[in-house]
Amino acid sequence: MERQIALQMRGITKRFGMVLANDHVDLDVYRGEILAVLGENGCGKTTLMNMAAGIYYPDDGQILIDGKEVVIRSPKDAFDHKIGMIHQHFKLVDLFTAAENIVLGLKEEGRYNIKAVNDEVAKIADRYGFHLDPAKKIYDMSVSEKQTVEIIKVLYRGADVLILDEPTAVLTPQEITRLFAVLRRMKEDGKSIIIITHKLNEVLEVSDRVAILRKGEHVATVNTVDTNEQQLTEMMVGRKIDLNILRSTPVNAVPRLIVEGLNLYNSEGIQVLKDISFTANGGEILGIAGIAGSGQRELLESISGLQPVANGKITFNNPKKDRPVSFYHKNMKQVRELAEKGAFHDRNMNNVSFHGMRNKAVRKWVESGDVLFREDEVMNLRDKDPLEIRQLGIHLSFVPEDRLGMGLVGSMDITDNMMLRSYRKGRAGFVDRKKPRAQAEQIIRELGVSTPGVSTPVRRLSGGNVQKVLVGREIAYAPKVLMAAYPVRGLDINSSYTIYNLLNQQKNNGVAVIYVGEDLDVLLELCDRIMVMNSGRITGILDARTATKEEIGLMMTQTERREEAAHE
Amino acid sequence: MNIWVDFLITSLAFGAVFMYGSTGEILTEKAGHLNLGIPGIMCMGGAGGCLVLNLVGKSSLPGFLIVILGILGALIFSMLCGLLYSFLAVTLRANQNVTGLAMTTFGVGLSKVIINKLDSNIYLIGPKLLYRWPFAERRDALQYLGVLFFLAVIIAILSSWVLFRTKVGLHLRAVGENPATADAVGINVSRYKYVATCVGSGIAGLGGFYYIIDYMASQEAYLSVEALGWLSIALVIFALWRPHLTIVGSTVFGILFSCASYLANVKWLNITMATTPLLKMLPYVVTILVLIISSIRNKKENQPPTSLGLSYFREER
Repeated sequence: MERQIALQMRGITKRFGMVLANDHVDLDVYRGEILAVLGENGCGKTTLMNMAAGIYYPDDGQILIDGKEVVIRSPKDAFDHKIGMIHQHFKLVDLFTAAENIVLGLKEEGRYNIKAVNDEVAKIADRYGFHLDPAKKIYDMSVSEKQTVEIIKVLYRGADVLILDEPTAVLTPQEITRLFAVLRRMKEDGKSIIIITHKLNEVLEVSDRVAILRKGEHVATVNTVDTNEQQLTEMMVGRKIDLNILRSTPVNAVPRLIVEGLNLYNSEGIQVLKDISFTANGGEILGIAGIAGSGQRELLESISGLQPVANGKITFNNPKKDRPVSFYHKNMKQVRELAEKGAFHDRNMNNVSFHGMRNKAVRKWVESGDVLFREDEVMNLRDKDPLEIRQLGIHLSFVPEDRLGMGLVGSMDITDNMMLRSYRKGRAGFVDRKKPRAQAEQIIRELGVSTPGVSTPVRRLSGGNVQKVLVGREIAYAPKVLMAAYPVRGLDINSSYTIYNLLNQQKNNGVAVIYVGEDLDVLLELCDRIMVMNSGRITGILDARTATKEEIGLMMTQTERREEAAHE
Repeated sequence: MNIWVDFLITSLAFGAVFMYGSTGEILTEKAGHLNLGIPGIMCMGGAGGCLVLNLVGKSSLPGFLIVILGILGALIFSMLCGLLYSFLAVTLRANQNVTGLAMTTFGVGLSKVIINKLDSNIYLIGPKLLYRWPFAERRDALQYLGVLFFLAVIIAILSSWVLFRTKVGLHLRAVGENPATADAVGINVSRYKYVATCVGSGIAGLGGFYYIIDYMASQEAYLSVEALGWLSIALVIFALWRPHLTIVGSTVFGILFSCASYLANVKWLNITMATTPLLKMLPYVVTILVLIISSIRNKKENQPPTSLGLSYFREER
């Protein structure tokens, strides 16, 4: 069977300043096939495709369509050559309806008639099996619906080559299945589809051929049927890496954090957490699965005191009986107050009182290790402010969509970002810069952060390195509960596994780790138990060693499915 | 006629100044540009119009042609200011607030220099009656409503129609909401920003011209145009970024702004020199109230364009 080449890229080279993003890359796409472009973060796969879509202009090289060389200087040129790209960050105007977004920029003759557009959109949606209401505003849409709008937008313009940049990053397993079905239907329709991704299982599932990019260079293009996960990884990373997460069995897991009947309303009065109850054990990783916006963020924020909770109990257990007191999480004033209440005893079980003693003497006594706690600490976190909660050792390393949004300050350097946690230490109003600096150096060394030095602004680091700094800092302050939300979002395989190993290390040290993730495969491999959240509710807590992906996916989407059934 | 009907009509006529100013500003803001240069541009519009009238006022040209030339002068001067602003804020991506404030300082100063050099006897006398067609012969308040007032209403309605009912409007709003998206679908973002800013400036400039030549028709009128420019910017918020709502808004502003002098007729109210400035504050108080209410309701359609105040640069990552 003679196959026609739809799009050819020859010797494409692109520089950003001193960085070589693409170095003489060749790529062919045939009609009626799905080509996966695979590579780690920052390997230039998005840059390459952006040049086909007219976002960037190549410094060198040619682009051929149906065998003829073309110049693509703008997205409009790309559309004229029937190339359409669906970007990772949707390019939609929130305030407009689906149909308005779809016709945006089209210069058709005749009057602007939104009704005719609505009909046309509905027709396309039907043909490929999408569900879409053309008159719905984008801000009312779920991520999956927005993606649908993007795809239809490209089809409406008559695109024959569709480029999808990480299309599955934000979808649930069920939505991914649906998307792949649509892609296959388009393939049968003779369209060429390019998906950019770093998820191997998806590559193997949906694509016909795979083009692998590494550090801006084209490594190889192989037929999907002739390859496997291990081989692809090696080509992608350039060396053999171990893709297993070492999960140890939890040893003497003790309840650390007990949440009972937690309810939370957001500022608009909508209930975002409904009757949440669970226990996080020390020495165990508790995974939280759920569609983005199911209340994961709110839950972590209410535990760390950033959200006022409507009602419910959050109890923190700190087994301290007969252990020495330290100044690590407490200052002199707090230690004195606790002693006043009779919370400490010495080695001979006598009550410790610091009455009439000078600070220096108290410090010496405490640091000698002879002052011990009388009881375990059990406290309700709801009465504490975020700072007090932090001092108890409950650390939230939150990595939201915007990595720098919460946790790090982009324009400050790594040392200064360490100090965001320690600025209260130091004497007489002066901050202590030495320790944070040493810590920054330690993190750079141990986690392999690639940075010119400790005084580089965090903003200039790549996404993976920023995340390493953030997670590294939270771990460095010896947490008792470590909450990490999407810590590997957007990271390449190597960095992701570094982070997984860090979390495992913490688990083995007896820390209660709460991990919010989106990749169900990883959740199943990394966690001990998985808690599934669905629109602010817990729909189940499963043993990660026995649960299946489908089971979790179902729990994540149950209500949605019911709604859909009603539609049909 | 009843004094209160007079009051309403003069408020309408006065409000047309704001109608021009804020319709122009809305068009600019819909393209994502917070043009704080509007007060200066209104002054420049006035100055341009007066300058042209001063040149042709004594010639033997027919009256209506003189009027049209005056309007053209106002348009050209203010659109040149808009062009300068666009060059700085769109092409050079200068900070919009700084650029706008600089335009105001520049425009207010230059217009004062220009108008000071002109002979008010020439630019004020003669065309006035023509602007006031068809009510020019009336002796009551209706005489204040003329061609330029109706033009303001037409422009406001037309702007709304273009913005919300045509494809050009859809594209313009897309540029102001999300320029990256607009760019990705092949809309020429810079061109839309330039055109919207220049057309908006031209409309605003007409407001300054209208105030000096028509509404006030006095030698000192140009001194207070700047203040009205700021009020026009406030009116944009009041009108929730919809040009047709400026017709209502400008009337309310006109009423509130000039109520001090009319309230003096109410016996039981004791309006003094001290309370007058307090009353002049009312338009701003109302704007703050509108801002509070629309913030509380938090309806997406009533918020400013999303990328208002942000420069757009395609290759920024």
